[in-house]
Amino acid sequence: MKNLSNNTELNLYFSILRIRKIEERIAEEYSSWQIRCPVHLSVGQEAIGAPLKMIFNDKKDEVVSGHRSHSHYLGKGGNLKKFLCELYGKKNGSSGGRAGSMHLTDKNCGFILSSAIVGNSIPIGVGLAYAKKIKREKGLVLIFFGDAAVETGVFFESVNFAILKKLPIIFVCENNFYSVYSSMKYRQPNKRIISNMASGLGIKSVNVDGNDPQLVYKTYLKAKKYIKKNNGPIFIEFKTFRHFEHCGYLKDDHLKYRNKSEIKYWLNKDCLKKIKKKIVRKYNEKLLSNLERSINKEINLAFQFAKRSKFPKNTDSKKKLYA
Amino acid sequence: MPKDPNFQKIQIVKKNYMHNKKIITYAEAINEALNLSLKKDKNLLCFGLGVGDPKEVFGTTKNLKKKFGDKRVFDMPTSENAMTGIAIGCAIKKCSVVMTHQRLDFSLLAFDQIINNAAKIFYMFNGEFSVPLTLRLIVGRGWGQGPTHSQSYQSLFSHVPGLKVVMPSNPDDAKKVLIQSILDPNPVIYIEHRWLHDQKGYVEKGYKTKNLGKGNLLMSGKDITIVSSSFMTTEALIASKILKANKIGVDLIDLCSIKPLDEKIIIKSVKKTGRLLILDSGHNFLSIASEIASMVTSKLFKNLKLSPKKIAMPDFPVPTSYALTRNFYPGHEQIIEYCEKTFKRKIKYRKISKNINHDVPHEEFRGPF
Repeated sequence: MKNLSNNTELNLYFSILRIRKIEERIAEEYSSWQIRCPVHLSVGQEAIGAPLKMIFNDKKDEVVSGHRSHSHYLGKGGNLKKFLCELYGKKNGSSGGRAGSMHLTDKNCGFILSSAIVGNSIPIGVGLAYAKKIKREKGLVLIFFGDAAVETGVFFESVNFAILKKLPIIFVCENNFYSVYSSMKYRQPNKRIISNMASGLGIKSVNVDGNDPQLVYKTYLKAKKYIKKNNGPIFIEFKTFRHFEHCGYLKDDHLKYRNKSEIKYWLNKDCLKKIKKKIVRKYNEKLLSNLERSINKEINLAFQFAKRSKFPKNTDSKKKLYA
Repeated sequence: MPKDPNFQKIQIVKKNYMHNKKIITYAEAINEALNLSLKKDKNLLCFGLGVGDPKEVFGTTKNLKKKFGDKRVFDMPTSENAMTGIAIGCAIKKCSVVMTHQRLDFSLLAFDQIINNAAKIFYMFNGEFSVPLTLRLIVGRGWGQGPTHSQSYQSLFSHVPGLKVVMPSNPDDAKKVLIQSILDPNPVIYIEHRWLHDQKGYVEKGYKTKNLGKGNLLMSGKDITIVSSSFMTTEALIASKILKANKIGVDLIDLCSIKPLDEKIIIKSVKKTGRLLILDSGHNFLSIASEIASMVTSKLFKNLKLSPKKIAMPDFPVPTSYALTRNFYPGHEQIIEYCEKTFKRKIKYRKISKNINHDVPHEEFRGPF
């Protein structure tokens, strides 16, 4: 596949930078203790969520995700103000403050839901795809999960059904090698390659560097084509690395669960660094700083909006239990 | 007084024949409800282990696959948890689903999906999605079903906010309540007892529904209120008829819906009788019966002539052996025994012959399930 056009590359850079800045701002604001829910920041893994809106249809192509879902939500075009309001527990939040960072939704961009239980949203995504088939709707479903989700039974059950019924699904395993602080060596056999394991189930599978934005972008394009042509699901393993702690606004490398050389290797391979290197060669500084300024402005306004928004009424907590 | 308390012949029926009714079994009533619902809603799906196999879930899914195609009606992989999640995914896209488990015990594999997703999604996403999902769970009993094929966990499900739980006791309710559960935009746990499947009764013809949360007053009397549900209603009916013949008037309330609970019908009755006996097909501790006893005691303490009584399954697993299961399940005899003590008098009735096997619903019944 040929290289991305300059324009696409610039948009991709913009999207990655935007998610990075939003996430870093959340980390910065967190210690003022107004965001009172767990957050699982996507910093380091943005290349995987960033291109979604550029490639997939707003509403026809639907997304479900897990606990680390900010980059998928934002990358698919999820409303920033509603997202931040949800983190702040405000009435204007995507779920009126009932759900928090671990349960995001924005129907308008096809981001159906994310879930806090590892593996738990995988079958939901498969169900969305089956309903598409029944209703003869166009589009596909992207299901995001981490390397720990492939250790759950529900993962195998879901992939099995997707293959059996030839469903239009892109399974995306974001492998950052750690489940909280537990490394692969405690969880999966030595030398296991997740995509090979998936392939053994009978699903077309690929294994790609998730920190290479161009490659990630092209992989999605190929996957989309594959589904159109073969009328069946595909599995992608993206290898990547998280920069922040598993849950929270700090770094946790002092705990020494990841060794120094490993951290250094991955920070060098950072997706933002990688794409920025190419971009600065092609565009003048002024254009790039304008771009950055526009992102900062959007973020400032959105945070202001969230902080100033009203809390829901306490008595609202009893409402809407049954439809 | 029934000549032969052969369970199959106990029917909850009105005596006068009506032209818009017919006599069918509980299993046939379920089949009819599914048939009518699949016809009405082109996006309705029906799946579960055995749904499309030759035995078609004790006949309850008979001919559905043939009629509506294997995209909508199908046998599924043995993946209870994922298939429940898949059903939820379909449901939030407005394809309602009826999922079936041939034993309630199998649904326990799907507690993550049932509790963390089905019950939570409407609330958690602030009403953005509803989950029109019906889970048909069949409770086994007898013929050595044993510890893991005969559990009746209505109280576990009822504990979870966001779920509805129903346990119809007769064919007419089975049909109408199933149609209503399918129409309901919330997840409904529809619990059916295996021993009810062969029972016959009058069923109203056509696409008919019944509101969830409504109990039935099956018999009226002034001396004692008996509250029951599902197969326990069969036992309660036998006992109530015997008691009536012995001049003890029973207000017999068949709950039909466990959650929401028809508190009004219970309160109204206990105000009249001042005595309450609650039957439960689940284990005694933290049972639905316990909840009702607590509700009535706290709301009607002054109206009670004596403390409410629970008759439920004992608090140990159901064993398998023919010998071990004798006397495991409480029935009409225990109800009568309690009334003898309460009303301090001997109640005359013909006991079931010792030759009748205790582990089958009727003598024609053969295992394995």
